[in-house]
Amino acid sequence: MDRLSATLDRLGGVYLLPVAIGLLTLVVIPTSTWFTLTVAGLAMGMMIFLMASGLSLIFGLMDVLNFGHSAFVSFGAFIAAAVLAALAGWVGGDSPALNIVALLAAIAAATAFGAAAGWFFERVIVRPVYRDHLRQILVTIGALIVAEQLILSIWGGVPIAVPRPRVLEGSILFGNVAVESYRIFAFALGVAVYVAMHLVLNRTRIGLLIRAGVENREMVEALGFRIERLFIAVFMAGSALAAMGGAMWAGYQGLITPALGSEMIVLVFIVVIIGGLGSIEGSLLGAIMVGLVANYVAFLMPKMALASNMLLMMAILLWRPYGLRPAVRG
Amino acid sequence: MTDVAADTPVQSAPASAARTGRMIVYAIVGLIGLALLFAPFLFPDVRSQEVAARICIFIVLVASYDLLIGYTGIVSFAHTMFFGLGAYGTAIALKAMGPGFDAILLGGAAGIAVAFVLAVLIGLLSLRVKAIFFAMVTLAAASVMLVLASQLSDITGGEDGILYEIPRFFSPATRLLTDADGKVVRLFGVALNGKVALYYFVFVVSALLFALMLRIVASPLGTVLEAIRENEMRAEAIGYRVVAYRTAIFCIAAVIAAIAGILRAVWLKYTGPEVALSFAIMIDILLMVVIGGMGTMIGSVIGVVVMSLAQFYLKDVMQFAAEATSGLPLVPDLLNADRWLLWLGLLFILLVYFFPAGIAGTLMGKGRR
Amino acid sequence: MGAILRLDDVHTDIGRYHVLHGVSLDVPEGGVHVLLGRNGAGKTTTLRTIMGLWRARRGAIVFRHHDISALHTADVARLGIAYVPENMGIFGGLTVEENLRLAAHGGSFDKDRLERVLALFPALEKFWDRPAYALSGGQKQMLAIARAIIENRDLILIDEPTKGLAPSIIRAMIDAFREIASDTTILLVEQNFLFARALGSSVAVIDDGRIVHTGSMAELAADEALQTRLLSLSLEAH
Repeated sequence: MDRLSATLDRLGGVYLLPVAIGLLTLVVIPTSTWFTLTVAGLAMGMMIFLMASGLSLIFGLMDVLNFGHSAFVSFGAFIAAAVLAALAGWVGGDSPALNIVALLAAIAAATAFGAAAGWFFERVIVRPVYRDHLRQILVTIGALIVAEQLILSIWGGVPIAVPRPRVLEGSILFGNVAVESYRIFAFALGVAVYVAMHLVLNRTRIGLLIRAGVENREMVEALGFRIERLFIAVFMAGSALAAMGGAMWAGYQGLITPALGSEMIVLVFIVVIIGGLGSIEGSLLGAIMVGLVANYVAFLMPKMALASNMLLMMAILLWRPYGLRPAVRG
Repeated sequence: MTDVAADTPVQSAPASAARTGRMIVYAIVGLIGLALLFAPFLFPDVRSQEVAARICIFIVLVASYDLLIGYTGIVSFAHTMFFGLGAYGTAIALKAMGPGFDAILLGGAAGIAVAFVLAVLIGLLSLRVKAIFFAMVTLAAASVMLVLASQLSDITGGEDGILYEIPRFFSPATRLLTDADGKVVRLFGVALNGKVALYYFVFVVSALLFALMLRIVASPLGTVLEAIRENEMRAEAIGYRVVAYRTAIFCIAAVIAAIAGILRAVWLKYTGPEVALSFAIMIDILLMVVIGGMGTMIGSVIGVVVMSLAQFYLKDVMQFAAEATSGLPLVPDLLNADRWLLWLGLLFILLVYFFPAGIAGTLMGKGRR
Repeated sequence: MGAILRLDDVHTDIGRYHVLHGVSLDVPEGGVHVLLGRNGAGKTTTLRTIMGLWRARRGAIVFRHHDISALHTADVARLGIAYVPENMGIFGGLTVEENLRLAAHGGSFDKDRLERVLALFPALEKFWDRPAYALSGGQKQMLAIARAIIENRDLILIDEPTKGLAPSIIRAMIDAFREIASDTTILLVEQNFLFARALGSSVAVIDDGRIVHTGSMAELAADEALQTRLLSLSLEAH
């Protein structure tokens, strides 16, 4: 038994889980469908990773749980949709360059809004209740309600169609498997963001401070660092990422409603719980698993999609109460 | 943290102001209690009856939530789930077995049982970990239940819910007291019929549950819970098995919520996701418990009444304001009566910042700080 | 020889509990000054109050000529006070190198000091690139202390370094501490009297949040009756 776990650890430890899930379902799902589902799951996972990684780091570092985090996702989606609608000519036009520019503009606008809103949120809403978890939860839920109502006021309750850039519409054929171009793009963007975050966290001094602060904030201060100065930056980054995730999700779904944030928040929480708090590796792992499971189960037993992720979370909590890759080894 | 030497608690707020405050609160709650007791006679119209019954049920629901959040310091989003389980259990039984008290008993018991089992599972699983995790897990659980309810539509009626009949005893045709001519006796102009009986069924059960919760809070269990809330590590060090106590109160609160659900199902003759399971209800509960005052059982009475009145009147005020500003951009959208939750949400945030003890708590000088 | 650190009638509360009831303490410059006391006497609270992790409700804390009672923890550290807490406070997910690098000014090591640190604790060089959670208890303690001396500090606060360590490691620590104390001041909190006796030049005893005895270590070491009277300590026989 020990030899087995040692070998598994060398092969990647908990990172094998998504692979295991993939291999298991390969047995029951026809191969070409399996490919489509896997790509969809990976793409979805990456977008959820964008939404979740910020929450995980913010909570790990600042001990702040922002239930209003999904508001950034919603706003990101709606702002991206608005920009894409405004640039409809470029989006639907023949020039791939302009298509991409329009998309990047939409993503950039959403991300910038996320950062600005994050700044406001941290200063005004969260800062007064730093140490008090109970009031934090209550206040951020209040903020979530207000944000959703604001979206309803500005954009109304009717679902909004989100135009996709011409160049990313349609699929690419690999043999006899069709893979949607947008999904490949979403996956690539997610990987790029992950790599960037990994580099910042592991190769820069600020990253070092963040990683240390996630483990033991007090000790970082006792070493002479005013870690609160980092908080605002991390909060803004986390919120910006959430908005980016929302923007990508808008393009993925094609149709968005103000309830989008609240719909995603449960999945985001499940990802953060499964992955463990404070580490982007954990968030990535959790997100990929949730994305894969959601898509496989949606195909196999459609009614059980959300419940399946819940069961996955419970199972993992029983095995590892602190998640698969928490920053602090509980 | 072993370094806690001479335990000399620091002095608390001035006593006389708190006493006056307490008198005021008791007086208000007493008045509300009397109004509810005589509601069928004081407010005989259908709409008011509905409001009064709803207030009774929500007082129980919010007070049971206060047991968790105010007294034990647990934040849970699964409370409406337990409420819904009681409601759906009763509803399904009444639909399947026909309108009889046996259906209410059986369905209700089933709902309570499922609520209890789920509470035990969730409690044991996640009360071991950080409180934040627990909140997230309850949120996930409640979401799943919501989705299940809408998807298992053969049993639960899906989005539309279930309509059913309740025992004939509770219908207007039943005469509780008849005079010499065989006509129904009227008290203050109100016929003593089955409808009145139905109201008192709801009222009496609610009152009993509320009294039970007051007893729990005043008992040694209540003291232990408050100790755990104040300083968990200390409580553990003294020897209390924190997880056991938390799970116990979580289950108690769940069962009480389920019973409140039974009452709701019987009163409304209808059960559906909107009235029994939705997150809107959860948000209502949060608002009410904060407005009333966390950690003060009677605060829930005040919170429920204030919210009910606010929902009533706020919408009218907003409608008026929206029409008055119809020329301006965006403003009428913000003032639209459908957006009442926006303003209530802002009020909620302000309350949490400036009056975390709520109305009752601030007046009485106690409750959560 | 003046006092490098002076506490004057310091009162600290933790939540509702009044833990320090007027602690007055002079820490002489140079050497090892020991703060002894039972469990729950207020030793850790005193250190944390000095570091600003907990606020003193009343009283003054003066470091050299600075009043640090109201300073933020980070500023207290920057004035030249290092803190090695009871749980060591090392960052398990970071490598040994990264742990030390955080404590080094501007992120770069002074070559001579680094050599000295590695000479004192050779195990750290072996585990240089490994995550700190992989170290043994004794090695973690060494890392925590190394982190406190990787830069020149005027005062080092150390909380129960021998807790849970094997006797052989404790013996090795005594040598390391002596070497370190030769050019800085150490305020050592301990329950292990034998360890404290081997290192300390002066001693203060704290009980129930008050200082009940100050004096030289030699004096206390010689007087067994005084020892028994002041402390119900674990006199570990190694």
